[in-house]
Amino acid sequence: MSAARHRRPVPAVAIHIALGAALLFFASGSAAAQGDSLRTSPVPGTPVISDSALEARTRSLAVQLRCAVCQGISIQESPSGLAGEMREVVKEMLRAGKTEEEIKAYFVSKYGEWILLEPKPRGFNLLFLYVFPTLVLLGGLAGIGVLVRRWSAAPAPPAA
Amino acid sequence: MNWKRALLTPAIAIPVIGLFAWGMTRDPKYIPSPLPGRQAPAFALEVFAPGEAPFQKAPGEVIRLDSLRGKVVVVNFWASWCLACRDEHQDLSRAAMRYANAPVQFVGISYMDTRPNSLEWIEQMGGQAYPSVDDPRSRTAIDYGLYGVPETFILDVTGRVAHKQTGPITHALLSRIIDSLLAARPATETK
Amino acid sequence: MGPLGRGSVLIGLAVTAIAMVLIPVAVRRGRKDWLAIGYAAVHTNLLLMTLAMVAMVIALVSHDFSVGYVAQVGSRATPLLYTVISLWGALEGSILLWGWVLAMYASAVIVINREREGNLVPYAAAVMMGVMLFFAILLAGPANPFHPVFPVPPDGPGPNPLLQNHWLMAVHPPLLYMGYVGMTVPFAFALGAMLAGEVAQDSWMLLVRRWMLVAWAFLGAAIIAGMWWSYEVLGWGGYWAWDPVENASLMPWLTATAYLHSAMVQERRGMLRLWNVNLVVGTFVLTILGTFLTRSGIISSVHAFTTGTIGYFFLTFIALVLVGTLMMVAGNSEQLRTTGRFDSPASRETVFLLNNLLLSAFTLIVLIGTLYPLIAEAVRGVKVSVGEPYFDRMSLPVLTLLLFLMGVGPALPWRRTPEGTLRSRLLVPAAGALAALLFALALGSRQPWALTAFACVGYALTATLREFAIGSAARRRAHGESWPVALGRLVGANPRRHGGYVSHIGVLLVATAIGASGGGRIERETTLQRGDTLRVGSHLVRLKGVFGRQEPQRYVIGATLEVLSRDGATIDTLAPRMNFYPSSDQPVPTPDVRSTLAGDLYANLQTFREDGTSATVKVISEPLVAWIWLGGGVVILGAMIGLFAPRKRAAEEAA
Repeated sequence: MSAARHRRPVPAVAIHIALGAALLFFASGSAAAQGDSLRTSPVPGTPVISDSALEARTRSLAVQLRCAVCQGISIQESPSGLAGEMREVVKEMLRAGKTEEEIKAYFVSKYGEWILLEPKPRGFNLLFLYVFPTLVLLGGLAGIGVLVRRWSAAPAPPAA
Repeated sequence: MNWKRALLTPAIAIPVIGLFAWGMTRDPKYIPSPLPGRQAPAFALEVFAPGEAPFQKAPGEVIRLDSLRGKVVVVNFWASWCLACRDEHQDLSRAAMRYANAPVQFVGISYMDTRPNSLEWIEQMGGQAYPSVDDPRSRTAIDYGLYGVPETFILDVTGRVAHKQTGPITHALLSRIIDSLLAARPATETK
Repeated sequence: MGPLGRGSVLIGLAVTAIAMVLIPVAVRRGRKDWLAIGYAAVHTNLLLMTLAMVAMVIALVSHDFSVGYVAQVGSRATPLLYTVISLWGALEGSILLWGWVLAMYASAVIVINREREGNLVPYAAAVMMGVMLFFAILLAGPANPFHPVFPVPPDGPGPNPLLQNHWLMAVHPPLLYMGYVGMTVPFAFALGAMLAGEVAQDSWMLLVRRWMLVAWAFLGAAIIAGMWWSYEVLGWGGYWAWDPVENASLMPWLTATAYLHSAMVQERRGMLRLWNVNLVVGTFVLTILGTFLTRSGIISSVHAFTTGTIGYFFLTFIALVLVGTLMMVAGNSEQLRTTGRFDSPASRETVFLLNNLLLSAFTLIVLIGTLYPLIAEAVRGVKVSVGEPYFDRMSLPVLTLLLFLMGVGPALPWRRTPEGTLRSRLLVPAAGALAALLFALALGSRQPWALTAFACVGYALTATLREFAIGSAARRRAHGESWPVALGRLVGANPRRHGGYVSHIGVLLVATAIGASGGGRIERETTLQRGDTLRVGSHLVRLKGVFGRQEPQRYVIGATLEVLSRDGATIDTLAPRMNFYPSSDQPVPTPDVRSTLAGDLYANLQTFREDGTSATVKVISEPLVAWIWLGGGVVILGAMIGLFAPRKRAAEEAA
C-alpha cells in the first residue's frame, strides 16, 4: 500500500460497484425475462396494452413457446395458422385455470423440449448456458480489477 | 516462435471440429417425437371424405379413436397443398386395401385445409381408400405434436403409438410395421 | 457463357495457387522479380473472377438455361432487377460473389501498399491467396455455377419467392459480403506479421486500421439492411429473431467493434497486443464459422442454403483455419506480451478494457446460444431450442452495461483524469440520465429494464454531446470561431475520435428505437368485414376490400386497408398481400408498412375469403422503428468520418 497520490479509493469503489451491478443485473435478468412484458426486441418494455389480463397472460406465455412450423420464432410472433391455433390452446388452458408450468408441460409432452424457446435451466443446460457465461463475465470483471491495479502500480519503465 | 505452445494449443480445436463433424451426420430439421411408446391422444372427429368400400363411412359420421381399440390403427395427417403427400397417397390406399380383411383401420386427418380443396384433391388423385376426417382448429394435430405434413402414426391394438413417420411413408414400411403389430397381438384377442 | 465462366474459374484457380506459393518463396529468396510475378498473378485472378462474374450476369439476363446456375434460379417471368440479383440468391452464385469480392480486396491491398518495403505486405497477400484458393476450389468443384445442363430447359423455376419481394435484396448481400470478406484483410495482415516475424512491432496494426473500419462499416450496414428486410418482408413485424445466421453476422461485428476500440490502447500504450491479435483472428474465424453454419446444414435456419458435399469442404477449411491460427497465435504469444503500464485506473484505457470484456462476453453468449442445440444433442441426445427468451435474459445485463460505458468512455481522458474533474465528468451526464428516465416514465414505461436502458442511453448521449460542446467551446474561446466552424474544425482535427462519437450516437439511436418499438408495441389480429374499422393504439384502420391481380411472375391477392385520421379522413392506404408463385404451393405473405418518424403501422394479411368480403389481418403499431434504420445510417456516417486523416492545420491549432 504505497502512498502514491494517484491511487484514490474512488476508482476501486467504481470497480466494485461495477462488479456488484453485474451480479445484480444477471440475477434480475431472469425477472425481466419472465415478466409479462417480453416482446420481440432485446429490451423488454412495458406490458403491451391488451384488452384483458387473459390476453396479457397468453402473450407472455406464447412468447416462450416455439412455433412448430417456423424457424425459431415464437407462436406469439408467428403469422402462421398453426401458431394461431396453438395460441388459442394456450388461452383456453389458461382460462381453464391451468398454470404456466402445466401448459408448458403439455406442449413438451407433445413436441419434446424443442418446443420451449428457452431450455429448462437444470442440469447440463444450466451449467453450460447460464453458469458458464456468467462465470466468464464475473471472472473477467474480477480479472480486470486485478490487472488494472497491477498495471497502475507497476513502476515506470526506466528507458521510457 | 514458441513451438511447444504452438503445437499444444490447437488441441482446443479438436472438440470443436469433432462437434461440427458429428453435427454433419444428423438432420437438424428432424424432431424426435415423445409420442411413440405412449397412449395415442384420443380424438372424435367428423368424416368428410367417405373413402371406399369396405371402409366407407358416411360423411358426418364421427370416428372415435377409443372405439378402434383392438385394431391396428394408421393415422395419417395430410393436406391438399402438401407436395410430399402426393408421394405417399398411392402407398397408403394400397396398404389399406391390402389389410381390408384384417383388424386394421386407416384414418386420414386433414390438416390446415378446406373441405372443397381436400375433396377435389382426392378426386384428382384417383380416390382415397379410407375415410378422412376434419380437424377443426387443428386441436388433434397439436395433440399429436405435428410440425409438418405428412406425418403418419401407427398405433398398436392397445392404442399405443408404435411408430411415427415424419414425411412420406412407403407401402413396404407400412406392411412391415402392421404385420409385426398384428403378430404381436395377445392370442386371446377375440375382436 | 458457360464455358467462358468455367474456363475463367479454372484458370483463376491455377493462378491463385501460383500466387500463393510464389510470393512467400520470392520473399524467402529475396527475389523481387518473382514477387512481381506473384503480384501479377493476384491481379490476373481478379481479372478472371471479373470475367466469370460478367459471364454469369450475362447468362442470367439472357436466360441462358444451359448454365447450371441459371437453370436453377432463372426464369423468363422474373423482372430484370430480381434476375440480376438472383446472382447471389443461391449457393453457387453467392460463392462466386465471395470469390470476386475477395479477389478485389487482395488486389487492393497490394496496390494501396505498393510503396511499402518489407515482408509484411507480401505475406499478407499470400495469406489472402490462401483463403482465395479455398473459394476457388469450391467454385471449381462442389459449388460450380457453370456446370452445363443438357438438354437445355426452355425455362426455369425462378429465384426463391422470398427473394423477389423487396429492393433490399439488392443491397443486403453485397454489403454483407463486402463486410464479411473485408475481415480477411486484417486477418491476413495479422497472420502475415506473424509469418514475417514482425508481430512484436505494431506496424501491421497501423496498416490495418482503415481496412477494419471499412469492413466493420459494411458489415454493420449489412446487419441493419438485413433487419430491415426481415421486418418488411417476413410478416411477423419483428426485425431480429436470433436466428443462427443473424447471430453469425453479429458475432464478427462485435469482435471487430471490440478491436476498433482496443486498437487505440495498443497504439497509445503498446498494451493489449495479444488481446488485439486474438480479436482480429477471431473475427475472421467467426466469419468463416458463419459461412460454415449456413452452408453445412448442421443448424437449421431461415437462411440455410441447400446442402450437399460442400459442407465437408467448409468443415475441412474451418479445421485448417482454427488449427493454423491457434498454432501461430500461441507460438507468437511471447512476443505479444504487454510491457506497458496504466497511469491510473480512472482512465479511458480502463474503460476500453471493460469494453473488450463486455463485447467478448456478449459474443460468447451469442455463440453459446447458437451452438447449444448442437451441443445439447451431442451431450444429452435431446433436441432443444435456444431462442429469444434466452438471448434477452443473458445479454440484457451486458448490453445495459455497455450503454453505460458509452457515456463513461468519452468522458474520461487517456492516461489519467485530472484531479477533481472525475466527479464532474461522471456526474454531469447523470442529469441526462435523469431526464431520459423521467421522459420514459412520462411515456408510460414501467418495466425496470427498459427504464434502466433508457437512463443509460440518456447518460451516454449527454456525455457524447458534451464532448462536442466542450471541444467546440474551447475552439471558440481560442480562435473566436462561430459554432458551426468550431464544430467543423473540431471534427477535422480529430476525425477518428469524432467519427467514433457520431457512431456512438447512431448506436444510441438504434438502442432507443429497439427499446421503444418493443416496449410500446401494440398488436391486434382480427377478422374484418368490408367497411369494418379496427383500432390499434392511436391508429384507426378500415378494410376497404380484397383484390386480386396477375403479375408476370406471380398472382397477387391483397387487402386494401385505409388508415384513417381522427375525423375519419383517409390519410394513407396499406395493401398487405399474399403472393402466389407457380413454383411453390404455399403463398408468400408480404406485409405493408406505413413508416413515420414517430412510428410504424404494420399490416399483414393472414387469411381472406374468396368472395372478397372479409379478411383476417394482423396490424401492429410500433413506435420509432424507423430510427433503427436511421441510427444505422448514423453509425455508418461516423465510420466514414473516421476514415479521414486529421486536417493538419486544424490539428496544429488544437494542439
